[in-house]
Amino acid sequence: MGYGVLTYVENVDGKLNPASLELLSKAGEIVRARGGKVYSVLVAASENSQEFRELAACGVDVLLVYKVGKDRLCDYLLHAEALAHAIRRVNPALVLVSATPWGRSFAPRVAARLGLGLTADCLDVYVDEAGDIVQVRPAFTGNLIAHIKTVTSPAMATVRPGVFPKPTPDYSRRFEAVVLEELPVYPSGLEVLGPSRRKSVSLSEASVVVAVGRGLRKKEDISLFMELAETLGGEYAVSKPLVDAGWFEKERQVGFSGNTVKPKVYLAFGISGAPQHIAGMKDSECVVAVNIDPSAPIAKYSDVFVVGDMYEVARRLLKRLKAFKS
Amino acid sequence: MSGSDIVVLVKPTPDITKVRFDVETGRVDRGSAELEINPFDLYALELAVRLRESLGGRIVALAMAPPHAEKALRDAIARGADRAILLSDSKFAGADTLATSYTLATAIRKLGSFRLILCGERSVDGDTGQVGPEVAEHLGVPHAAFVQGVVDFGDESITVEADFGVGYYLVRLKYPALLSVSRPLAFKGERLEPRIPKLSDLMRARKATVEVWQAGDLQGVDPSRIGWAGSPTRVVKAFYALEKGRNPVVFKSVDDAAEAVIELMKRKNLL
Repeated sequence: MGYGVLTYVENVDGKLNPASLELLSKAGEIVRARGGKVYSVLVAASENSQEFRELAACGVDVLLVYKVGKDRLCDYLLHAEALAHAIRRVNPALVLVSATPWGRSFAPRVAARLGLGLTADCLDVYVDEAGDIVQVRPAFTGNLIAHIKTVTSPAMATVRPGVFPKPTPDYSRRFEAVVLEELPVYPSGLEVLGPSRRKSVSLSEASVVVAVGRGLRKKEDISLFMELAETLGGEYAVSKPLVDAGWFEKERQVGFSGNTVKPKVYLAFGISGAPQHIAGMKDSECVVAVNIDPSAPIAKYSDVFVVGDMYEVARRLLKRLKAFKS
Repeated sequence: MSGSDIVVLVKPTPDITKVRFDVETGRVDRGSAELEINPFDLYALELAVRLRESLGGRIVALAMAPPHAEKALRDAIARGADRAILLSDSKFAGADTLATSYTLATAIRKLGSFRLILCGERSVDGDTGQVGPEVAEHLGVPHAAFVQGVVDFGDESITVEADFGVGYYLVRLKYPALLSVSRPLAFKGERLEPRIPKLSDLMRARKATVEVWQAGDLQGVDPSRIGWAGSPTRVVKAFYALEKGRNPVVFKSVDDAAEAVIELMKRKNLL
């Protein structure tokens, strides 16, 4: 059996993904319960002392750095090599990777290579009375919550970003050790040519989301809701049918096959509330739904439910907001 | 099978709103609902058809599922597959992603050489997105996951746009390779939509043979790596997710509603 927890620090474009720090609060909790150290693996083109300091402050005891050329940094097959190598070297009890598209792309390769079980998109990881590591994940569009044990060691899980808090950094902490490794560069059959498009929005981080559904009569009408979102300091989003219609990009989509959001306030205009949509927004702090149909399923997932015309409500709200702000 | 063939991994999935789940054993009762091709996999199948138009080769639809998934494989034939293989055996039951990917990879090895393996980025029931990359690893081929579109392709390689989370990136993969595709999916700038089979396609599919392979048909398969035995992840307990008891305040007056929302925003320190 392994000992301690190994986390993967995501570094695709030379910047650490903040979600990687969230893993460290859970890793710290697990090692306090089961013993061992917190190990982190980082693939990097250069040694950034400020980032190292942040990682130490957030709880990393031993950092394993795999250096690659800058041109190969975003080759995820190399990251898979590094993580597999680190797992063999450290032999931890648990490996945590953020369930970002990047993490979900390469972590399965590592699991397959080492013959390990991998639990996807976990909402929690805990140590039970027997001292075993248990992983918690939603199943069936979030209708079920499954608790999973892994019979191979280490247990390996991808963890949904945003579910664990970022640790409070303690800048007096120092690494016990930093281990530098050179990755053997091999032809992988894959070449990352570089970024093609930026993401225009990150819905998962918005504190206010104004979401629009099938009640939208034509694409151009979105401008009203965009303005409302902007006035509220939030982002606009859409439900799946509007993406399927080709009106909007998928990065604006809330729901099971789009983005999971948990803003402070979620405003749903003309969204009936299909289970697949609810799965993407049910953890919002507060939900306001506007629907012409008083029996729309979204009502029971709402704190405020407005029976009315979404356009009329949006216009009135916008007018009142502008009056309030001036 | 030849080096120009395309394998499409299709997962026959139940309608997730109707499926029964055995909370005691933590297993899905896949016999309880009719199985259809996982919606994400329909895009993989459509992409395969479009690539075949330019690159040639045959399309082999491959699934691991209970026997009544045969209908879903007929659907794959109606949508353009030249051949459909159903891996079905009680020995495969209870498989997690590791055992599933190993079984699929073993079947692909038996098929011989291939140009591409295509699959949907995840299934609507399991929702792990792991089987594609795991199959690629078992077979030692490169993969791209969360593929948003195919940008270019030739006889040697294919260039796709993939979601890396932090942005979209172009990735060139040498054949053989595996792609797990998102939806919507683009094909050289055009939006791909799964085709609706024509009546003639349905007739052809009805007459076609769906090959059923059992564990004994997979040469060299390691029995300890398939099914429940080969699955390291074990559901120890499962709960129905509690629906948060939200009790909405209902408004029918637009003015009152606007006022209530403004109050709410103030309370959350958003105004």
